[in-house]
Amino acid sequence: MNNKLHSIAKRLHWMDGVIVAVLILFFGYIWVQIGDQLNYKWRWGLIPNYMFRYDEERERWVANLLVQGLITTIRVCIYASILAVILGTLLGMARVAKNLTIRMLARTYLEILRNIPPVVVIFIFFFFLSEQLITALNIESWARGIARQENNAVWEFFFGDMRRFPSIISGVIVLALFESAFVGEIVRAGIEAIPRGQQEAARSLGMSWIAEMRYIILPQALRKVLPPLANQFISLIKDSAIISLISVQELTYKAVELVSTTRAIFEAWISVAAMYFVLCFSLSMLFSYLERPGKAAAR
Amino acid sequence: MPEDTPIIEIRNLDKFFGAFQALTDVSLTVHIGEKVVICGPSGSGKSTLIRCVNRLEEHSGGHLIVDGIELNDHTRNIRAVRMEVGMVFQQFNLFPHLTVLENLTVGPIRVRKIPKAEAISRARKYLDRVHIPEQADKYPAQLSGGQQQRVAIARSLCMEPRIMLFDEPTSALDPEMINEVLDVMTELAESGMTMICVTHEMGFANKVADKMVFMEDGKIVEIAPPSIFFTKPKNPRCQAFLDQILEH
Ligand SMILES: Nc1ncnc2c1ncn2[C@@H]1O[C@H](COP(=O)(O)OP(=O)(O)O)[C@@H](O)[C@H]1O
Ligand SMILES: [Mg+2]
Repeated sequence: MNNKLHSIAKRLHWMDGVIVAVLILFFGYIWVQIGDQLNYKWRWGLIPNYMFRYDEERERWVANLLVQGLITTIRVCIYASILAVILGTLLGMARVAKNLTIRMLARTYLEILRNIPPVVVIFIFFFFLSEQLITALNIESWARGIARQENNAVWEFFFGDMRRFPSIISGVIVLALFESAFVGEIVRAGIEAIPRGQQEAARSLGMSWIAEMRYIILPQALRKVLPPLANQFISLIKDSAIISLISVQELTYKAVELVSTTRAIFEAWISVAAMYFVLCFSLSMLFSYLERPGKAAAR
Repeated sequence: MPEDTPIIEIRNLDKFFGAFQALTDVSLTVHIGEKVVICGPSGSGKSTLIRCVNRLEEHSGGHLIVDGIELNDHTRNIRAVRMEVGMVFQQFNLFPHLTVLENLTVGPIRVRKIPKAEAISRARKYLDRVHIPEQADKYPAQLSGGQQQRVAIARSLCMEPRIMLFDEPTSALDPEMINEVLDVMTELAESGMTMICVTHEMGFANKVADKMVFMEDGKIVEIAPPSIFFTKPKNPRCQAFLDQILEH
């Protein structure tokens, strides 16, 4: 331990001290500016209450705005990434298909998504696809039906308040459609990284294209792309803030709500930033730990 | 001795890669049980020719009839042919994510649709045949090159094909492993399998071949039984090639 400290101390240079000092001065200045000139009163005491509050009726602690938002974010991200992996795998397969039309369609989808701002994409998916789908399938009244039922604990566990189910589902669909393009590219790269001999061996056994993909190519490709997929999952969590624009009540949406009721602008946004950071950073640490050689069970 | 029923008929085959002609007017008939060994300099079209037989390459002209089925654009035909034609590659091409046993059963189960238990007992039978019954639960990367190639042979045999194609099966092997693979191939030849082997192992060729084929520049230059092929080939280039190989 002592040794370690010693070696760290040895690696520090006086420049490092200067850099840290400058940073402290800079943030200190901003802090003072906010306090003096904007006449801003820091009210950090508010925040814990908006994470958890004591429910007098039920006599227990329950999640409040911010944690509710966080839970919704996590739910949406998990479902969206599952859907995105399924869609992305199909898309990746379409990108390497023999049929030119299929390849062109997949390519078009990708290029459209790449060349339109995400916010616009989200609105287009929302109004043109998920809204229509939800109306067509009558999901709204179906979800209200479930919400009224007595024993809907399982549904509530997976989707929270069932009255908000349509909104969550459209968030999931929109986010998944958006991310599927990137997952598709990752999967395509994975498929193309599999040596040609694998395909030839599968074919010479008489396998159909589907069987060849299902049993030979995809299992190897997906194993190869697990690390980039894990990173894409973290991107998806960050991208998910955007669905606050279509009124999915996730973390960012709740932050806006919190700001408008309490006016604690800085505290709210700093807290939300910290929550995203902790979530994404710990996942990123977890994934790099799992990726360490000899750790992963995958061969 | 080979029966007189043709099982592969190659007639006036042409193959183009873009503007480059890899095969020119190649004709060859292989009868049931016959062993054909193809040799020739690198780039002469040997691989291309046998890859046309199970349609890993599409021929550009001429006719190709395998086991009574004409190879054309009908997918059904192609898959029917591939089930009857086993192929062993220079680079083994085992499936690295599957165990040896799974490598051997995936074809029979997913393509021939036979029950899993039957596929497993069949796999064990062929692992015995290639003399590595004890490696069933290992992954390909845990085996030596010679063992991997024997697994690859067993994988093809598990489909119980009527024809086996070998594309330089020993070229990627360390010298001390070549014989274990050739021994397996010799035993297979003795069992009556119809075989086309691309190889430069002339000892093996002399022992098993019914017909030697020499290719150069995408053409078949010489076809002869080994007794004639090795002693008095008609074509001087074939003679030069043999001299060069047999020197080593
Ligand atoms: N996929 C391909 N595209 C273009 N040219 C090819 C392809 N495959 C083989 N060729 C060419 O065809 C010729 C014959 O190749 P090949 O059949 O592999 O020869 P061999 O197996 O006798 O060494 C070579 O000149 C090679 O470069
Ligand atoms: Mg070759």
